[in-house]
Amino acid sequence: MDYLTLIQLLDSSLRLATPLLLACLAGLFSERAGIFDIGLEGKMLAAAFFSAAVASLTGSVWIGLLAGIGASLALAALHGIASITFRGNQLISGVAINFLAAGMTVLIAQSWFKQGGRTPSLMGGARFEGITLPGADAIADVPFIGPLYSELISGHSILVYMALAAVPLTWWLLYRTRFGLRLRAVGENPASVDTAGVSVVGLRYAAVAICGVLCGIAGAYLSTALQAGFVKDMSAGRGFIALAALIFAKWRPWYALWATLLFGLFGALETRPDVIESIIGMKVQAQFLGALPYIMTVVILAGFVGKAIPPRAGGEPYVKER
Amino acid sequence: MDVMPKWAEVVLVPLISLLLAGIISALVVLAIGEDPVAAAKLMVTGALGSTYGWGYTLYYATNFMFTGLAVAIAFHARLFNIGGEGQAMLGGLGVALACLYIPWPHWSLALVGAAVMAGLFGAVWAAIPAWLQAKRGSHIVITTIMFNFIAAALLNYTLVNMLRPKGSMDPATARFPEATNLPTLHDLLSPLGIEFSKAAPANVSLLLAIAACIGLWVLIWRTRLGYEIRAYGHSESAAKYAGISPFKITMIAMIISGALAGLMATNNVMGEAERLVLNSTEGAGFIGIAVALMGRSHPLGVFIAAILFGFLYQGGAELALWTSIPRELIVVIQALVILFTGALDNMVRMPLEKLFLALRRARTSKEAGAAD
Repeated sequence: MDYLTLIQLLDSSLRLATPLLLACLAGLFSERAGIFDIGLEGKMLAAAFFSAAVASLTGSVWIGLLAGIGASLALAALHGIASITFRGNQLISGVAINFLAAGMTVLIAQSWFKQGGRTPSLMGGARFEGITLPGADAIADVPFIGPLYSELISGHSILVYMALAAVPLTWWLLYRTRFGLRLRAVGENPASVDTAGVSVVGLRYAAVAICGVLCGIAGAYLSTALQAGFVKDMSAGRGFIALAALIFAKWRPWYALWATLLFGLFGALETRPDVIESIIGMKVQAQFLGALPYIMTVVILAGFVGKAIPPRAGGEPYVKER
Repeated sequence: MDVMPKWAEVVLVPLISLLLAGIISALVVLAIGEDPVAAAKLMVTGALGSTYGWGYTLYYATNFMFTGLAVAIAFHARLFNIGGEGQAMLGGLGVALACLYIPWPHWSLALVGAAVMAGLFGAVWAAIPAWLQAKRGSHIVITTIMFNFIAAALLNYTLVNMLRPKGSMDPATARFPEATNLPTLHDLLSPLGIEFSKAAPANVSLLLAIAACIGLWVLIWRTRLGYEIRAYGHSESAAKYAGISPFKITMIAMIISGALAGLMATNNVMGEAERLVLNSTEGAGFIGIAVALMGRSHPLGVFIAAILFGFLYQGGAELALWTSIPRELIVVIQALVILFTGALDNMVRMPLEKLFLALRRARTSKEAGAAD
């Protein structure tokens, strides 16, 4: 494998890792606050549809992005009402949200566009285009560094850079601010937060809302940057891979970046079987690569390689003492 | 203390949830510019207006009985098995191997053999997450979700690389031999002089599903093991104190659950398709969640809810055929049923409990007044 192939491979890994990273950080906020969220998939899908639909109707991808975030927030609010206010089962609520998004997106797409559950292809300002970073063209011909900078680092859409910036931001918010300390505490021991006079319900709603915003950006990336338009079920299990990455990262932001990049690499390798063959000298089944994130998650979760311990109060509705 | 009388708990709460789901679905239909009343009429005539419609309704219902029972038995042990989809896929693999590689003399023997293989494959696929939960503490919900995806990849691999007949591009097995084809309801009912549509796929595995409902009822409510499963589901610590092994209950409940989900393959793979194709389960494993929630995890409730969802599925297919309402409307209804009967259960229950409490208070104060 030559250097340029490697750069191309890493480039597409980064592209595929971006929605996973955003969704993974979304889940991180929610689960760190003690709200399990298996509805990441549904929120992403809803956001993918609404951002593509509104972008194609208005011609502006930024309005589309806002619509996507709005749709994702609406589902996040539903999850909050079910699991925080009515203290329902968070897992069942997540399952319901996934189905709701899967059904509603096709229903509305058919009603609005009549193209069999898809949106028209997005063009021009209705799509996020790649950004050429300053100096990328100038040093493209420099050996080694040139392709690295102009191919791998430059040329992505703004959402990719936003996702990468979200990692240190999440770390700072969780570990260096008062809000973050309280958020982590509410996922470990909500009673102590309550005793300190801080609203458990308020904190959990805030976490669920942040999760909604991040899932919204992830979904918008799928339909307006990675692809040009919405197609039925386009999230294709990415919400669950993000969940797997979250466990893999043991609910920590920097590890979430590495985990999603790794899973992104698996995705990129799936389309390049020739590369794998040239490296390890034997054929690897595409199905095996596709299933690898899930298998690795099962192994990690079972504690065979390191132990993943979820936030202690995760999944438990908080009942104030009476 | 129970605030509500039992009939309200068993009948009223699910009915109100269903009504809420129905109203919102009607609003959705209205919002996409279709007439909900006409749509409902079309669904009823399409699914229940002919023996052809009934044949499809009962075919879908058979699938949902198996997967609904699978989720229900796990619920009794307070385990949430989201993996019904993957277990049913593996069950399909078991059925395909049994039908393709063993020369069965008669369908009845083939059904027994295929059912054993389907149950076995499904049970193994559920037993691994169960073992990981009981021994290693992995969360069973996450593990079963992951196992759904692993099952899909495994099935894809075996179909493309091993079971696909030579020269065929289609990722599917060869047709099962004639002797393994199950009799449809038409074949079963015509000797009795009852006319039933020949084209409909409902088959003898419906009887197997009904037997499973009865068997599970006996198991849960009439055996020592069923008592232990329910005790464990109510309180793990109390069950432990009574000498019930959490490991044993987790394993047994999940093995039964996986076997039931796997048994679904006798209907969709052996009874209908008569070969194993990719995505043969078509999401039935997930509908089992809605069915079990709606049926309050009781076998009779699951039976009724499965027929209701069978009706919705067949009705939805008719809608997609005759109107511009896509089939996904059913997915929305399914989501709403899961939402109201599962996640928003307290929203329905709390006002009802208040109502019954107020009624009881009014009654006792009146009695107290009469006694004076």
